[in-house]
Amino acid sequence: MTLTGALESGPQVPADERVIDVRDLRMRYGTKDVLHGVSFAARSGEVLALLGPNGAGKTTTIEILEGFRMRSSGEVTVLGVDPAKAGEAWRAQVGVVLQSWRDHGKWQVRELLGHLGRYYRRFSTDRKTRPWPVDDLLDVVGLTAAAATRVQRLSGGQRRRLDVAIGIVGRPDLLFLDEPTVGFDPAARREFHDLVHRLTDVDDTTILLTTHDLDEAEKLADRILILNGGHIIADGSADDLSRRVAGESEIRWSRDGQRFVHSAANPTPFVRELLLQHGDAVEDLEVRRNSLEDTYMRLVADTEGSAR
Amino acid sequence: MIETLRVGAARGLIELRQTLTNSQDLWGYFFPSVGLLITLFFTNDAKVPGTTFSLGAATLPSSIGMLLAFGGLLTIAQYLVVEREDGTLLRAKATPYGMTGYLVGKVVMIGGMTIFSVLVVLIPGLFLVDGVQVDLGGILTLVWLLPLAVVATMPIGAAIGSMLENPRLLGLVMLPIFGLVAISGIFYPITGMPGWLQAVGQLFPIYWLGLGMRSVFLPDALASVELGDSWRHLETFGVLAVWAVLGLLVAPVLMRRMARRESGSAVAARRERALATVGR
Repeated sequence: MTLTGALESGPQVPADERVIDVRDLRMRYGTKDVLHGVSFAARSGEVLALLGPNGAGKTTTIEILEGFRMRSSGEVTVLGVDPAKAGEAWRAQVGVVLQSWRDHGKWQVRELLGHLGRYYRRFSTDRKTRPWPVDDLLDVVGLTAAAATRVQRLSGGQRRRLDVAIGIVGRPDLLFLDEPTVGFDPAARREFHDLVHRLTDVDDTTILLTTHDLDEAEKLADRILILNGGHIIADGSADDLSRRVAGESEIRWSRDGQRFVHSAANPTPFVRELLLQHGDAVEDLEVRRNSLEDTYMRLVADTEGSAR
Repeated sequence: MIETLRVGAARGLIELRQTLTNSQDLWGYFFPSVGLLITLFFTNDAKVPGTTFSLGAATLPSSIGMLLAFGGLLTIAQYLVVEREDGTLLRAKATPYGMTGYLVGKVVMIGGMTIFSVLVVLIPGLFLVDGVQVDLGGILTLVWLLPLAVVATMPIGAAIGSMLENPRLLGLVMLPIFGLVAISGIFYPITGMPGWLQAVGQLFPIYWLGLGMRSVFLPDALASVELGDSWRHLETFGVLAVWAVLGLLVAPVLMRRMARRESGSAVAARRERALATVGR
């Protein structure tokens, strides 16, 4: 496979199912190119994770798609409209959760969700009643007990859950999540993952998220995009990606109370040989292919090597 | 449109309630009020030069004019700068019709705040000074003067707020405005100023708002100590209307530019810069 230049993702998603369609997107600040021809697409109900090192262009990409930033060139269509020219009806279909919010500190949680929900009322349709009723929403994000709390008194994790609640109060068709689980404890993270699954299963919401947590990307995303140095260097499911990178699998087992580890490019012959020799004496046998982390490190390192 | 106005008004009322039930904000209303009342108390026995009328009684309406100008010019600029930094404006931008709702809310909230800050001076002030009165003509003047005061100051304040990237620059705007108060005949008749300062003072809305308020609350005989021996309603209307037109032309352009530039990374960058300065 090639790891350089733009990947043609077109064939993967039929044109009429594209909620996000980005072709040859370029962004230049002054004389510095930040995005060099990024192309990808997302279909309805899909969860897409955008990974990449800091400075890879993730935030720039997501801000262009959110309609918050003008691009230098390229074609971008989000929910059938160019976000640079989109109106208020388009805005009502899009939910945005950014990395750091400190707004509305004096408001109570319920008051704020109720108020922001009212902006979406006129965009209610038969298919989707908007906004999300406040009590249900509080329950879904686990903030019922904090409903009467002032926003500035929330803990970091509660604040983040409020941000997610505000992002989905209009029941968006497309949701942008920028590092959504930073500051979550493991239980809150698990609940958040359940929420994401609920959004995609029940509401058919399309989600584009950025994260540095590769475990999270693997759990949540149907498809992973890796952005590095302004290029998309990989586009596929976690399995696709790990298959693309020639790597070694790790085989662990124990015998007579002793633990063993072995690496092999192709684990099958090794395991067969192992079992032939020792039979049932082999215990706790585990074969692990490249983790997403290994794949990611490898892909990023390879493109950085070829760029230099 | 009606729906947006309704949501925006609801927003303004919620925020007004928040500010009026918050001890820190209430201190902000009462502190200048106490200062003004002390001034009134000590100037009540002094006379407006050339008359036997209490200087304190003349200062009361003038300071109400000043409070109106502060409400329109400074308060909205402050909110725009602070709420741009904390992400409130970006939140509005991410919401359908959110920017319009935000602005309607701010007008309602600041209107309410200004009325409140006027009342906390006016009500005790009426007990402190002698000679203040309102007749039917005065009420009719208020009917055109108050809305005009709002349109003449708020767009200018919003334009100032849109131009300032950094809350620390707000101080730079406060200084010239306090300077204008000093030469606008609020605490001492403008007729005592040198001619060129009188001219400068008359370019800005603060003088005219003070004059308008004096014409509402003071006996007509007092017009004789004003410039031109008259309340000059026509000129008041004219100057304020020019500011209103100017503000309405400039503010939307600057605000649209400001809104266009808002993004998550812009908010994050501003936050980092603020943290870096705090650490120093």
